[in-house]
Amino acid sequence: MKVGVIVFPGSNCDRDMYHVLTDVFNLDAQYYWHEKSLSKNIDAVILPGGFSYGDRLRAGVIAAHSPIIKDVQKMAKKGIPILGVCNGFQILVESGLLPGVLLKNESLNFMCEWTNLIVENNKTPFTNQFKLHQKIPIPIANGEGRYFVDDDTLKQLKKKNQIVFRYDEIVNGSSNRIAGVCNEDGNVVGMMPHPERAVESEINPIDNKPSSLIFESLLTKIGVSN
Amino acid sequence: MSLEPQEFEELQSKIGRKPTSTELQIVAAEWSEHCSYKSSKRHLKMLPMKGPLVITEKGYDSGVLDVGDGYVVTAHIESHNHPSAVEPYGGAATGVGGVIRDILSAGTRPIAIFDGLRFGNIEKDQQARWLFKNAVTGIADYGNCLGIPTIGGEVEFDDCYENYALVDVAAVGFGKKENLIKNHAKKGDLVVLLGGSTGRDGIGGSQFASDSLESEDRSAVQIPDPFIEKLIIEAILEARNQKLIHAMKDLGGGGLSCAISETADALEVGIEMDVEKVHTRESNMHPDEIMVSESQERMLIVTSKTKLKKLQDICKKFRIGCSVIGTVKSDNQMHVRKGKKTFANLPTDVVANATLLDLPSKKPAYLNDIEKEKKLKPISNYSKILLKLLGSPNIASKIWVYGQYDHEVGIRTVVKPGRDASVLRLDNGKFLSAKIDGNPKQCYINPREGAIGCFEEACRNVVCTGAKPIGMLDHLQFGNPKDPEIFWTFLESLKGLTDFAKDFKIPCIGGKVSLYNETPAGPIKPTPLIGVLGLIDKTPLIPQRITNGDCLILVGDTKDEMGGSEYFEYIHKFIGGKCPAVDFAKSKKNMKSVLDLIKKQLLKSAHDCSKGGLAVAISELCMTNQVGCKVSLEKVPGQKLDVDRLLFSESHSRYLLTVDKKNLKKLEEILKNNKVSYKQIGVFGGSEIKFNKNSKPIIDLRVDKAQKTWVNSLRDLVLYG
Repeated sequence: MKVGVIVFPGSNCDRDMYHVLTDVFNLDAQYYWHEKSLSKNIDAVILPGGFSYGDRLRAGVIAAHSPIIKDVQKMAKKGIPILGVCNGFQILVESGLLPGVLLKNESLNFMCEWTNLIVENNKTPFTNQFKLHQKIPIPIANGEGRYFVDDDTLKQLKKKNQIVFRYDEIVNGSSNRIAGVCNEDGNVVGMMPHPERAVESEINPIDNKPSSLIFESLLTKIGVSN
Repeated sequence: MSLEPQEFEELQSKIGRKPTSTELQIVAAEWSEHCSYKSSKRHLKMLPMKGPLVITEKGYDSGVLDVGDGYVVTAHIESHNHPSAVEPYGGAATGVGGVIRDILSAGTRPIAIFDGLRFGNIEKDQQARWLFKNAVTGIADYGNCLGIPTIGGEVEFDDCYENYALVDVAAVGFGKKENLIKNHAKKGDLVVLLGGSTGRDGIGGSQFASDSLESEDRSAVQIPDPFIEKLIIEAILEARNQKLIHAMKDLGGGGLSCAISETADALEVGIEMDVEKVHTRESNMHPDEIMVSESQERMLIVTSKTKLKKLQDICKKFRIGCSVIGTVKSDNQMHVRKGKKTFANLPTDVVANATLLDLPSKKPAYLNDIEKEKKLKPISNYSKILLKLLGSPNIASKIWVYGQYDHEVGIRTVVKPGRDASVLRLDNGKFLSAKIDGNPKQCYINPREGAIGCFEEACRNVVCTGAKPIGMLDHLQFGNPKDPEIFWTFLESLKGLTDFAKDFKIPCIGGKVSLYNETPAGPIKPTPLIGVLGLIDKTPLIPQRITNGDCLILVGDTKDEMGGSEYFEYIHKFIGGKCPAVDFAKSKKNMKSVLDLIKKQLLKSAHDCSKGGLAVAISELCMTNQVGCKVSLEKVPGQKLDVDRLLFSESHSRYLLTVDKKNLKKLEEILKNNKVSYKQIGVFGGSEIKFNKNSKPIIDLRVDKAQKTWVNSLRDLVLYG
């Protein structure tokens, strides 16, 4: 069972994600440099956080044109689980795999703080172990994290159950307090908060169990018993 | 901004001819105060630099500590004061970049950033507000992009920094001992310049920083590019893993001039280089400009001919520049050519070793009666005064600042910013605790005791996390050293730090001296900044939630030492009074006892008592835990004092411990055995912060009201004035 972790120039949560996949969840993870091709036998793909291309032009927009994104798009079509975290989410949005756009936070500042998420869709490969509306204490760290969609798209998202996570409180001015969404098929998920920073009790001051379910959901989906 | 006449003559006599213009530029950069430490170097030797954990290698820009199991921690501190005072965003950002490359130079991955920021009075001064806001954004944009957490620091405002800024950045690195770069070079090795291109920014930056700030020379400020820095970090660590680096040096102050001359001098070789091979940002740059440009995000690497291809492949992968600019020679000369034409050819020891000065010093006249106290206006309502202090810029929560810094990336941050010291987990199961502290108000009143106080405070902070101090970084910031009175304050501070370091066996593993911190309005107050690293072998003390019924213990005596206190300066607008002094023997005993209690897992939390005194420190505990507290001031250990002294004295060596009632007996046993001065002074509970003295109410303040003021006032001040 292989999980690919894509590394773009400027990714900086790749090593954290790799550590969590391998050392915490005993998964076989592999880094993929953005100019390489993804192996055919891969079971899941993660786009980690960071500042790909230094957030030039707009967060994620240059990385969305990386050669590897073509492979990611193919895998998305095949129904393979794909998760984008923070900058990874921004890249998925910019490459058209997920709806919406990520704007500057309402405060216009970078924000690093702990917050609570509410699970709104527990059918995705990354949320199937949650109870609906379960709370997840988790940190955010972003400058362009305000998810925005127009009213019509929002209606569609609700109808098609594409809202995966919402903030418990207003955090950054996101439309409908959205923190994470999925594609129509539900296999591609993007989220602004950082689950890899919340799964170990040593560094999670609140409760590390809920965020661990994100990875346990993936393990269940791709058929690995932990 | 060039050589002094006698320095020019000295250079001429040393090389036996007239120097060329390029040579003059090179030497002026390298002999500047900023690069040569010519005023301070002979005195800095008094600091103890050795210790059982200290690893010394030639040519390192950062200190290295062995933390066991084959791992090392590196640390360094730098400032970027002049540039930040002119262009705060770029100045602060490039300050981060420079210190990160010093950590990288040793072959270790940077894992944490700390910043100490000082500005003028932001309540009155719009310029100070602008400087503050932009310096914070500069640090955030740079550090966040690199993915290195900014996990601690401090912010202070004082009139002495009007129209000026102190931006100090410390960084910590971590790696395997076997991966440390052992700098070496032999004849025929190649000298490679890696990273960003060389441009016309930051020309003469080190000389700019070695003079009083009178002109706003923005071209002397460098332009930050954190994206390139991130690529350099990854490229260099990949090259390190493949053992492609023989020697490495960051390009900082003095640019290529300093990097080439210092590398050659440290490794006892010569370097011949061609400026035409340097990848530049614009064409037609003169050799002089190329040699002294301080463009950022550049590293100098010595490698062998056989390894070059692999190094180039790595740079290609990351799409960063990689130019072979010269070769290693055996003649100890620094030879700069452009094509075939020689522009400079100097002995490296002449360039790299400016003649050290022995400057005169004299006790400043103002110190003669500054420790005398004046009569103060009596206070009628201490609740109001406490609330005012909690909302004052120096004491208010700094969450507006550290909330803009990614302090979680790297997933090591066990104790987060906003506490006493931050704690990082290391790969060998141990923990590293670190804190930086300064106190110019006390250092102005008594440079020796003030400096010692900063050192002890940083130690107290790491001790509160359960860490034993293992190393110190000092950053000595003063005005013009040619003023004997200023130089005296420098020497006094340095002597104080040396005495403390020797007595407590905490080696100085690195540091920096920044002089000429003056504007036409005058010099800054003496501002030594001390960073302390502490190591925790097993379990750190992660503050647990304080609840109703928990006991509050105060360790250490409170004394009538109000000089430089926030209470005197912010409330009474009075500069003066007796400066708090550290009693070494008691300090050591208190430190040891607190560590003992933490090791035995008897504490829920430990909190240092410093700025704003007991009243503020207890309020901080109440506000972070959203719980009230009843304190009996008559129980405070020490002599009998007036209420204002008990509440607001900033005496050192004091710790506030919270303990579950069931552990109280065991705790008292240990403190008694260690003959420590302590008392239970309060109990937590309710929703008010209450101070009584002999049952007479002194302070009664709602926790939620205090918290609102404490949390929001700094942000409101920045955003709304």
